[in-house]
Amino acid sequence: MSPTDSTQHAVVTPEGLQALFEALKRRNYRVIGPILRDGAIIFDDIASVGDLPKGWTDEQDGGHYRLHRRDDGALFGYAVGPHSWKKFLLPATQRLWSAERTEHGVAITPEPRPSERFAFIGVRACDLNAIAIQDRVLIGGAQADLRYQSRRQGAFIVALNCGVAGGTCFCASMHTGPKASGGYDLVLTELVDDGEHRFVVGVGSEGGGTVLAELPHRSAASEEVAAAEAVVAHTLANMGRAMYSDDVHDLLLRNLDHPRWDEVAARCLTCGNCTLVCPTCFCTTVEESSDLDGSRTARSQRWDSCFTMDFSYIHGGSVRATARSRYRQWMTHKLATWWDQFGTTGCVGCGRCITWCPVGIDITEEVAAIRGSEPS
Amino acid sequence: MTAAITAADPMVPRVARVLRRRRNGPQVFTLDVEPEDPAPAFAPGQFSMLTAFGVGEAPISASGDPAEPGRLVYTIRAVGPVSSALTRLGPGDLLGLRGPFGMGWPMVEAPGRDVVIVAGGLGLAPLRPALYRLLAERARYGKIVLLYGARGPADILFRNEIESWRRRLDIDIAVTVDHAPPDWRGHVGVVTRLIARADFDPLHAVALVCGPEVMMRFAIAGLGEAGLADDAIYLSMERNMKCAVVFCGHCQFGTVFVCRDGPVFRYDRVRSLLAVKEI
Ligand SMILES: Cc1cc2nc3c(=O)[nH]c(=O)nc-3n(C[C@H](O)[C@H](O)[C@H](O)COP(=O)(O)OP(=O)(O)OC[C@H]3O[C@@H](n4cnc5c(N)ncnc54)[C@H](O)[C@@H]3O)c2cc1C
Ligand code: SF4
Ligand code: SF4
Repeated sequence: MSPTDSTQHAVVTPEGLQALFEALKRRNYRVIGPILRDGAIIFDDIASVGDLPKGWTDEQDGGHYRLHRRDDGALFGYAVGPHSWKKFLLPATQRLWSAERTEHGVAITPEPRPSERFAFIGVRACDLNAIAIQDRVLIGGAQADLRYQSRRQGAFIVALNCGVAGGTCFCASMHTGPKASGGYDLVLTELVDDGEHRFVVGVGSEGGGTVLAELPHRSAASEEVAAAEAVVAHTLANMGRAMYSDDVHDLLLRNLDHPRWDEVAARCLTCGNCTLVCPTCFCTTVEESSDLDGSRTARSQRWDSCFTMDFSYIHGGSVRATARSRYRQWMTHKLATWWDQFGTTGCVGCGRCITWCPVGIDITEEVAAIRGSEPS
Repeated sequence: MTAAITAADPMVPRVARVLRRRRNGPQVFTLDVEPEDPAPAFAPGQFSMLTAFGVGEAPISASGDPAEPGRLVYTIRAVGPVSSALTRLGPGDLLGLRGPFGMGWPMVEAPGRDVVIVAGGLGLAPLRPALYRLLAERARYGKIVLLYGARGPADILFRNEIESWRRRLDIDIAVTVDHAPPDWRGHVGVVTRLIARADFDPLHAVALVCGPEVMMRFAIAGLGEAGLADDAIYLSMERNMKCAVVFCGHCQFGTVFVCRDGPVFRYDRVRSLLAVKEI
């Protein structure tokens, strides 16, 4: 249910939001939300509404991110920053198992399944889609990543319908936002313009409804529901970027030798920033460690990036030795081969890869360039 | 931790013990291993992830007889840290084992047809289980042809076995080497040159190809010239692999994952991918 199709939307004040955090903490959730740190809005533990980046907004463009004051007290008046929720669901490093030499042989101890339960505050539509995509990859196939599965199943999701479109956002053209369409327990739309600061709340799960019932709230008036709808419509109309995506699968796969790949390779530093900030990038590698006498060993998993040479190394050399082939792998994976592999897009249009690319390479511009100059 | 949890986690290996180690050639060793708890049966062409504790894990194809339960056989070339550590293991030593994984050779499609096997170098190892199966069920197939190329005579894998197969009259075997010492009386030259001379019915045959990628490209071209259709040719691909269960992303080959959709692919399904450099 979203704010408009539900007959049961509620309204809560910022104090009601505080009560939400407390209700989640009483249920032993680790409450995670946006905070301002080191010049960026990131995700970390939040204790109270006071931790949210009140009155801040962000300016985003290719290779450019800057915070500014807003002239109101909005708590969610900005777009996504460099972090995504994968940081919590698929941590950058995690141990898989350890092994100990015993008198009888080797005893392998799998790392216990994580028991931590997260409550995510302010999950935007693009990121809800990104989580659904990682679900398909990591728990939707024949084998399940059990650690991801535990964290994912335990999570409580408070979604947010976006009130501002970032300069690099293009969720509208990926059909992933800016309005949350499912996959949450509760969904908020922030109303800040007409004097009274409040949130229209929609319920997306039974658990969400139970939590809402514990908060000070009232039912939403029809004007408030309409105002929430207008917020989303305004965001939709102000998307920073667009990428026509309906034909992009075939477009890229028939242009694997397009000269544009050379052109982008000349700018790309193969730093891998885009893969780190992308909320759907899931690639990992493993590392072995052992104590000095080798009696205890362990294997850990960590994020990896298709921009490294090691990523595709097989004896004799890397399959993708050139920057051209590595950028092409990344972009065609996101937009094209992901469909073949997992039946979904691998890009949700969050714009992070554009903002955090040190040289401002823009996936929407790259698609447009190829579309505009297809060799006939 | 209970055994049930160990078994359910696809990233956690089971422990296996080395029963036997044999040297097959320079830097190449075959290990017979026995898992502590019974491993699922494997199909010819499937692979396992082998762990040298404290060093790392590598994908290695099963090279033994699929009809022999309880014992798994791997033929490994020492090329780097993990493979070297694995080849140093001897009887009684322990290693980690996950799998088997992947799609194997088309044993169900082959009956009634001629089977042409083209192997280059270590590529014979993943094909050996298919040969065991073909010979065990010999009556179900047409002609069986094995074309095998090695760098030099000392590199020929499973030499005794090849000689014993040669004594059977129901399989055609040709072995060639790239570089021959003066006392070599066999074929010299790349394995793909043997295809034109081989005796099989291209309209009623399947080909199984495994070896270095360049060799496979030439073999496919040669088989095509001999009249085999693209959908009658199967090849086994190698890519970097860290998980074997579609989590790590490393073995992507364009639209497919080598661990899930391969390592054995029907050629017509990957022809367009093989045509793109560095994909
Ligand atoms: C499906 C499949 C079946 C295989 N079957 C066999 C076989 O039967 N016998 C055999 O000897 N070899 C086989 N290989 C190749 C074998 O897995 C590699 O030679 C081995 O992983 C090399 O690792 P290394 O650390 O010893 O050496 P290096 O090549 O020095 O490795 C350096 C680094 O690259 C990584 N690396 C290199 N190649 C691979 C790879 N293919 N996958 C993952 N990581 C890699 C290693 O993790 C290591 O950290 C197979 C490969 C695949 C994909
Ligand atoms: S590819 Fe870029 S825009 Fe698309 S989901 Fe990843 S970071 Fe966001
Ligand atoms: S596209 Fe940009 S962020 Fe991605 S690897 Fe290249 S330079 Fe780095």
